[in-house]
Amino acid sequence: MAFDKEVEERLESIGLPFNRYGIDPYGISREHLAWFYSTIKPLYRHYFKVQVEGMENVPKAGRALLIGNHSGGLPLDAAMVVASLFFDHDPPRHAHGMVEYFAQKWPFISPLFSRLGHVTGLPEHADRFLRDERIVLAFPEGARGTGKLFRDRYRLVRFGTGFARLAMRTKSPVIPFAFVGGEEAVPTVMHAKRLAKLLGAPYLPITPYLLPIPLPVPCKVVFGQPMYLEGDGSEPDDVIAVQVTAVRDQIEELMRVGLTGRDMPFPFSNEMPNHLR
Amino acid sequence: MKVLITGITGALGKMVAELLTARGHTVLGLDRRPWPDAPAGITMFQADIRKRPAEEVFRVHRPDALIHMATVTHFSAPHEERYQTNLGGTRRLFDYCEAYGVKQAVFVGRHTVYGAAADSTLYHTESDPPLGGSTFPDLADLVAADLFAASALWRMPKMKTAVLRMVYTLGPSRRGTLAGFLGGKRVPAVLGFDPLFQFIHEHDAAEAVVLAVTKKLRGVFNVAGPHPVPLSVLCRAVGKPHIPIPESMFGHLTGRFGFSNLPAAAVNHVKYPIVVSAEPFVAATGFAPRWDEAATMESFRWA
Repeated sequence: MAFDKEVEERLESIGLPFNRYGIDPYGISREHLAWFYSTIKPLYRHYFKVQVEGMENVPKAGRALLIGNHSGGLPLDAAMVVASLFFDHDPPRHAHGMVEYFAQKWPFISPLFSRLGHVTGLPEHADRFLRDERIVLAFPEGARGTGKLFRDRYRLVRFGTGFARLAMRTKSPVIPFAFVGGEEAVPTVMHAKRLAKLLGAPYLPITPYLLPIPLPVPCKVVFGQPMYLEGDGSEPDDVIAVQVTAVRDQIEELMRVGLTGRDMPFPFSNEMPNHLR
Repeated sequence: MKVLITGITGALGKMVAELLTARGHTVLGLDRRPWPDAPAGITMFQADIRKRPAEEVFRVHRPDALIHMATVTHFSAPHEERYQTNLGGTRRLFDYCEAYGVKQAVFVGRHTVYGAAADSTLYHTESDPPLGGSTFPDLADLVAADLFAASALWRMPKMKTAVLRMVYTLGPSRRGTLAGFLGGKRVPAVLGFDPLFQFIHEHDAAEAVVLAVTKKLRGVFNVAGPHPVPLSVLCRAVGKPHIPIPESMFGHLTGRFGFSNLPAAAVNHVKYPIVVSAEPFVAATGFAPRWDEAATMESFRWA
């Protein structure tokens, strides 16, 4: 199968230890990566026209924990951030996404995620990847974040604290980032609860045009400076909460940066939601 | 060193026995099945580990070490017999070890004790709970045997006990759980799933067991070989058609139409990976597998 030439070239320098079958120790398949990045390239470059700021904050080698805001009903933001590290970082780096448990039960989806290196979001997995000097991508808002409604766009919901302890324990830098555009790309007006239950998902986004098909909204990823959280991860919850809030505030600040002066997705929308003003 | 091997006539047992004799150790074998052409230097006792003659071997021959591989895994064996052998047998052997001054006992168990589920970790460590019985109840006796053997660590502190959780073995003998699964005309897969399979070449597995005895290991250790590969890749490499079957039909088709046989409850083992990390074993013994994944699969294919 012929894949995109740029993708093939960048895969050469992605630095994953593929064996002779093109499989790395975690089950990532070179062929699946080639297919995925070739498929996502037109979406990344032309459909969402993703702009990246602050890419120099992502280390060229070694462990890092990318932490950002979740949005959009579908993990579109995750896909675009993964794509940005592949297409707009030199050398290209592969980010390991932490997947919701329910998705691992779905046929076809579960092995696809596995072959692309996105595993169940267990602390053990993130720990292992970081100690293996890889990049882990996580959204501490979890499904609460993607399930946000349009009227709550760019409003961060409760952050899980696991990522902070993980970063402290593994001495990994936290790279905060904001993903802008995801909220408008899949404007969720309500959730189909019954249908979601049938599929074993926590929610199913319903848009004004019913289906959760992303609109061609220009998106932006803004990476902030690395944050080194102090401590070894054994601190009590209230100490950790301070660190989590610091990261959360930083992400909010990056959202402001990303929202300022962007091309407006809809004529009626405000540039900056009120709570960020 | 005088080493008693139970279940010596199994494929792995024979290899371990030959490795040990080649390195100048004295090997005693205990098995229900005969080993008529056992190489010189191996003394065979044909007896059931649950019966009195087994104790006589300990009483008269006083082995220094025990390698316990006499567990029943084929699920066609009656339920009761599996419990009697895997738990009752293990209990007796460990009691004899204590009564007759055996210094080292190695229980050769399986990595499947961790179980396969959507939320199980890749690269299990020894501290992960063995959940094998939760999705595959037929594994419960082996999970119990594994934990029971490990209880010798505190029950019999004078003896060094090692419990090995070995990944699937694969190799030219074409024996073992994975070989059986790959041995049919067609390999049944579950449509929409392609888990990682982790295996070790049988010669490397034998080497690992020998290392556990000679390095006098104490504790619970995962034993692994090369990196795991997806089931589809494994099938391709061993030249077997990989046929995805909708899960609802899986139990009806296995064992028929040329599909390998598999207990219906084992379906999770074909949906989700069981992958272990063997870092503590490597650190304790210096073990390095000599066969990589490609060579291991080829050796099985062309045997």
